[in-house]
Amino acid sequence: MAGETAAGEKKPGEKAPGKKKTGEKPAEQKAVGEKKKKVKKHHASRNPVLARGIGRYSRSAMYARKALYKRKYTAPETKIEKKKKEKPRATITKPVGGDKNGGSRVVKIRKMPRYYPTEDVPRKLLSHGKKPFCQHKRRLRASITPGTVLILLTGRHRGKRVVFLKQLGTGLLLVTGPLVINRVPLRRAHQKFVIATSTKVDISGVKIPKHLTDAYFKKKRLRKPKHQEGEIFDTEKEKYEITEQRKSDQKAVDSQILARIKKVPQLRGYLRSTFCLSNGVYPHKLVF
Amino acid sequence: VFKRFVEIGRVAFISFGPHAGKLVAIVDVIDQNRALVDGPCSGVRRQAMPFKCMQLTDFVLKFPHSARQKCVRLAWEKENINEKWAATRWAKKIEAREKKAKMTDFDRYKVMKAKRMRNRIIKHEMKKLQKMSSKKGKKPKKQEKPEKPEKGQKSEKVRKAQKAPK
Repeated sequence: MAGETAAGEKKPGEKAPGKKKTGEKPAEQKAVGEKKKKVKKHHASRNPVLARGIGRYSRSAMYARKALYKRKYTAPETKIEKKKKEKPRATITKPVGGDKNGGSRVVKIRKMPRYYPTEDVPRKLLSHGKKPFCQHKRRLRASITPGTVLILLTGRHRGKRVVFLKQLGTGLLLVTGPLVINRVPLRRAHQKFVIATSTKVDISGVKIPKHLTDAYFKKKRLRKPKHQEGEIFDTEKEKYEITEQRKSDQKAVDSQILARIKKVPQLRGYLRSTFCLSNGVYPHKLVF
Repeated sequence: VFKRFVEIGRVAFISFGPHAGKLVAIVDVIDQNRALVDGPCSGVRRQAMPFKCMQLTDFVLKFPHSARQKCVRLAWEKENINEKWAATRWAKKIEAREKKAKMTDFDRYKVMKAKRMRNRIIKHEMKKLQKMSSKKGKKPKKQEKPEKPEKGQKSEKVRKAQKAPK
């Protein structure tokens, strides 16, 4: 009887709010959605109060009264969990070489750390506006536009007059001789170590290949020290070798620029010459 | 000894001050150090100006002392002072100096090339004449003629070089 009445209590209790919801037409769809996600309308407390803070039934009795044995919910399986079922490879099998050749051994891919510091690193204070180099703002002087003739001041090509092509991602300037004129290849130059002249070559239609970025020009360093110090100095690249790709890129860019240089009289000879100071010539008085 | 005098109507060149580089006419003398000066065609208002900043030119206009600006302007335009001034060597030197200061790096290169070519031509001619004179004994030869057309060529080249980029 108690069970029946309990059941009887639940059903009309649940149905009534259900009926109320179906009665309201605009709230129907919402109600349906709510039923799926939320618990339905909350029942009044099934634990009558004997005194303040004391209920009639114990914890376990309440478990039964609330039918929590029926109401065990798990969080819905999200896409991440579905993907996670594919566990990443934890180990790799490698062949055994050296003395005990033959056979294979199992090697962990992600190994435990080999060192735990005695003191934890203290939490750093928040800083404001300190950006890493890759996020710095790059500026370019107004006097430097594509096609400007620049005078290089440092490096092995100091004093040479060179044509500016574009500014690269790190802020360095991409520059070319052209090679046949003054032996300056496609190269990077630093804005600060360059004088911008007012002479400009019209480079409007010139297409510079997209793969000429900082990574292309960055110096390559071999770093594979195998704990044999005598050999380290030999394996590192001492001589820079011009790759075929550099040659082809140089040709591609220079051919376009040379045509435009030839149009301006005496410009070729100008680019071939080097800049120098002599007696009575003061840079602060010169108009470049 | 002195050829240019401070007189009414003397055209002067202002060497320093806010109106540096302009021409004015002396309208009246105020005292030992200052003159009343007016430059209607050169953008200088009628004002007192110390003699120190004025440099006298060769031009003199005809108008009575303390004449008003209209008269000064008439006299100025009648004498065509602006054109006469531009034709003087003084003005040309000033202009050349300005151009030289404005030369860009490319212009300097072009001038260098032009100068070098000119000097080569002159040297070549000189050597020819020296050879001839050494061959024919010691006869003095006039060396002026071959130089003049070359000087004209050089100045043309230089002017072209400076005007082309502008």
